[in-house]
Amino acid sequence: MTAVLATRSLGRRYGRRWALRDCTLAVPAGRVTGLVGPNGAGKSTLLNLATGILTPSAGSVEVCGAPPARDPAQLAKVGFVAQDTPVYAGLTVEEHLRLGARLNPRWDAAAARRRLDRLGLDTRQRAGKLSGGQRAQLALTLGLAKRPELLLLDEPVASLDPLARREFLQVLMEAVAEGDLSVVLSSHVVSDLERVCDHLIVLVDSQVGVAGDVDVLLDTHHRLVGPRRAAHPLPRDQHVVGASHTDRQSTLVVRAPAGIADPAWTVSRLSLEDLVLAYLTPPAQGRPAAPLETVR
Amino acid sequence: MTIEFSLDAGCGVSPYLQIAQQVRQAVRLGLLRAGDQLPTVKEVVSQLAINPNTVLKAYRELERDGLVTARPGVGTFVTRSVPAEVTAPLEPLRRELARWLVRARSAGLDDESIAALFATTFRAERDVA
Repeated sequence: MTAVLATRSLGRRYGRRWALRDCTLAVPAGRVTGLVGPNGAGKSTLLNLATGILTPSAGSVEVCGAPPARDPAQLAKVGFVAQDTPVYAGLTVEEHLRLGARLNPRWDAAAARRRLDRLGLDTRQRAGKLSGGQRAQLALTLGLAKRPELLLLDEPVASLDPLARREFLQVLMEAVAEGDLSVVLSSHVVSDLERVCDHLIVLVDSQVGVAGDVDVLLDTHHRLVGPRRAAHPLPRDQHVVGASHTDRQSTLVVRAPAGIADPAWTVSRLSLEDLVLAYLTPPAQGRPAAPLETVR
Repeated sequence: MTIEFSLDAGCGVSPYLQIAQQVRQAVRLGLLRAGDQLPTVKEVVSQLAINPNTVLKAYRELERDGLVTARPGVGTFVTRSVPAEVTAPLEPLRRELARWLVRARSAGLDDESIAALFATTFRAERDVA
C-alpha cells in the first residue's frame, strides 16, 4: 500500500495542551478517507500539520512521500479547503480563477470553468455575495483546479443544507472518479461520510481511536446482546470497544476479526455511525466496571 | 439507464454489497438480462454521490461471480439471464402477494406484524417442505 499521508508519533502542543498526540497513521493513496471525531479531537490540527501550515511538536508527517510544503513542487501536490470553505469576499468569482491560475503551476482552467458553468455560478459576482453552498462549491472548484495529488478538506459540508451538501459531495466524488486523486475530509457528522469514504480514521481525545477500511471495520465489529453477566474474559482476538448494561441485559460492541462463536450472544451488525459512536463514548460510561461484581 | 441503485444508510450492510445485491436481485427477477449494460461508474457516482471505489468493488465482485463482464472502455454487461420459465410465474405471484397484503392491512395488521407473520409462516412452511 502506498501511503499518501503518513505520520509517525505525530504530536502538536499548544502551551501545555496536546491538540494531537502520538498519532501514527498511513492513509492509502487513491482513496477517500474520512476523518471523524468530536469538536476539539484534533481533526483540524492533523489537517493543518499535513498542509505544513502547522509544524509538529513531536514526531513526523509526510504527504506524497515528502515533508509538507518543503518546496513549490511539494506545495503543488496538496490542495486544502480550510474550515468554512473560505474565499475572498471582495473578489469576484472570475478574479478567484485568475488568482488560482497565477499561483498554481498545474492549474486546469478549462475544468474550473466547466464546473462553475454547470453549477450556474455568475463569474462576475463577488464571492461575498454567494450563498453558503455556492461559496463551498467555489472553494472546491479552486481546490480541484489545482490538480493536487491529495486534496484535504476540513469540515467542508458542516454548514451546508442537505441539498447543497449532496451537490458538494457529488462534485467531489465525480472528481475522484475522473482521475488519480486522494481525498481526506473531516467531519463530525458520520452520516455525511458513510457514502463517500472507503477509509476511516476516528480521532478521540487527540489520539487515533481506530483507523481502517470502512468495509473491514463494518465486517469486524459486532453488537452483542445477551443476559447480563460478569465480564468473563472474551477470547484473546476480541476486544470490547463499548459496553452498556441494564439490570438484565448486557450490550457490547466488540472488535472481533474472526467473528463471534459464543451462542449466548445475539450478534448483529453495526451501522458505521454506531461503530464510530462506540469509540467516542468515554470508557467511564462505557466499560463494564465495578458495579458488575455486585451482581449475584 | 437499465437499473437505478438506492442505498440504505443505517442498515450496517456495506454500500458495495447493497449495490451487488441489487444487481443480483434484478437478474433473479428478470429485470436485467444477458447483454444489458450496467450504469457506468460515473453515472452511479453522479446519481448517488458515492465513492467510485464502492461501485468498482461491487462490479468486481459481480464479475468474480460470473454474473457480469467488464469490457474495458465500453462498460459492464450482464452475462446471464434467468430463463423465461423461471420469471414467467413471478408476475402472477407478485399480484397475489399484493392482494394478500391489502387483505392483511384491511384486517388491521401494521408493517411489523405483516413482516412477522410472513417470517414465521415462511420458516414453518420451509421446515415442513
